[in-house]
Amino acid sequence: MKAPRVTDTTLRDGSHAMKHRFTREQVERIVRALDAAGVPVIEVAHGDGLGGSSIQYGFSSTPEMELIETACRAARRAKIAVLLLPGIGTRRELREAAARGVQVVRIATHCTEADISAQHFGLAKELGLETVGFLMMAHMRPPEFLAEQAALMESYGADCVYIVDSAGAMLPADVAARVRALKERLSIQVGFHAHNNLGLAIGNTLAAIEAGADQVDGCLRGLGAGAGNAPTELIAAVLDRLGINPGLDVFALMDAAEYIVAPIMPYQPIPDRDAITIGYAGVYSTFLLHARHIAAKFGLDPREILVELGRRQAVAGQEDWILDVAIDLVRAKQQAP
Amino acid sequence: MYKILRNPGHMELALVAGIDPQSEGLARARALGIPTSLEGIAAVLADPEIKIVFDATSAKAHMRHAKLLREAGKIAIDLTPAACGPYVVPPVNLGQHLDEPNVNLITCGGQATIPLVYAVSRVTPVRYAEIVSTVASRSAGPGTRQNIDEFTSTTARGLEVLGGAEQGKAIIILNPAEPPIMMRNTVYVIPASDDFDPDAVVDSVERMVAEVQRYVPGYQLKSAPVFDRRSTPWGERVVIAMLLEVTGAGDFLPPYAGNLDIMTAAAWQVGEMFAQHLLGVREEVAV
Repeated sequence: MKAPRVTDTTLRDGSHAMKHRFTREQVERIVRALDAAGVPVIEVAHGDGLGGSSIQYGFSSTPEMELIETACRAARRAKIAVLLLPGIGTRRELREAAARGVQVVRIATHCTEADISAQHFGLAKELGLETVGFLMMAHMRPPEFLAEQAALMESYGADCVYIVDSAGAMLPADVAARVRALKERLSIQVGFHAHNNLGLAIGNTLAAIEAGADQVDGCLRGLGAGAGNAPTELIAAVLDRLGINPGLDVFALMDAAEYIVAPIMPYQPIPDRDAITIGYAGVYSTFLLHARHIAAKFGLDPREILVELGRRQAVAGQEDWILDVAIDLVRAKQQAP
Repeated sequence: MYKILRNPGHMELALVAGIDPQSEGLARARALGIPTSLEGIAAVLADPEIKIVFDATSAKAHMRHAKLLREAGKIAIDLTPAACGPYVVPPVNLGQHLDEPNVNLITCGGQATIPLVYAVSRVTPVRYAEIVSTVASRSAGPGTRQNIDEFTSTTARGLEVLGGAEQGKAIIILNPAEPPIMMRNTVYVIPASDDFDPDAVVDSVERMVAEVQRYVPGYQLKSAPVFDRRSTPWGERVVIAMLLEVTGAGDFLPPYAGNLDIMTAAAWQVGEMFAQHLLGVREEVAV
């Protein structure tokens, strides 16, 4: 096994749990701490990527470009990354992020729709950015299928393609098979992004590394959508014990998690009732808070909504279907004798 | 093509032109005995009898075609995101641009959602409108896939220019579920002030849905508009959410491709209006 590159996404995936309310001061403190602890890549953006500030996903309380610029100024060694979901963000926002000092862009599509990302990879390469492709909701398709989609991203200019377990629905063997399929098919790097809805974020991250993953993601204290992500400080401790620490300061990351992130978290993401349901039903982790909001408004159990979204094969970004499902469930109950 | 054959109105389908010998549409036209050409725009320009041209190529191609068609004195109804001419959504502003040589149909998401935003803005000023258009993967062709940014930016602009929103935003999501999902659109509107009459909004929206149904029978709201309070850049505000489903007529494309059907239905409507205008017909088009 070789040491993977670790990307911290507290300031992007964690934005969901924070309801997109990170402040400039928080971004500056977290970036400084991660940078000092040797984390090489730090992702900063609205949870749904550039341009994600919306009614559908929640408005950013501070414009994301201000947060991105703050992060770029605070980092000494680390590269700042952004996320871009074609269909939500556009090349216009990518140009602006690059102008503010971003060095890496991660371009995410649903795992069957890689061919909507060509123009974004093209621009990223023109701008001289490092590029990562994200195949979201990767539990929904088999390894060979994902390898073909990843190959499309490679052809557009990806430097690495991630298997993204957006629903936190995969088991370790699912992760290993998918990472291996990409390693065999591609000549570029392969990564893995975990969610902890079934309590497997660290285990799955390890399975990915054992299967040859070159890059993995973490969030301080696991701060992310659903039950959160693999905690960065925990990844560091485990990699250190495995003898493949890529240069991370384990204690410094623990301190950052404990003293900087934990005090500002609205709650500690854990695999609780609704988050386990997300992993179990295989739906997008960010549906958690939105489903709770709508369930409360309509007097429903969030789990009913989440399971129905899974049955309908909802994909990333379809938060509006939560309202749709709630209306149907209420109608069905009214019609029932 | 099928819409004109089924209901020609004051139009006559003179030619279907393309450049791809494998095109299924061209093969079907040939089988129906309609004149076809593989010469693309050149064949259209060569026929002086042709007055109205529906261009469903690509934004890039249309930029070139627009100039050629204008010089040839033909009216172009542009189904690409090129937007060389003014935007048109039939129940909002059809009839205002009948002396233009070129009009643009924005996007399928725009044709579906702009009428609803307009229905709100004609009752109370709109600060912000946002739409989420979810279409079946199978109904999104290579044109949409390679130009997804043009879809979002053109639709957002349409929400402002025709919908009447001070600020517009558009999101598109492709869903690969099997069996394929019907085209779904969610329209969110934040009025400029919370002090508006919800009943007037509901009434205006209902009237608009009925108007669109006249030319897109599969156009329907899932429920009455939902009023919710959300945190916004303008403080905690009332957000009006409208869930819209568009089922296609199934003329050529399958019913789930409501996104494509609403474009062709709007195109027919606009073409008929131009045809009546050119012929000096006085009766109003049945919008």
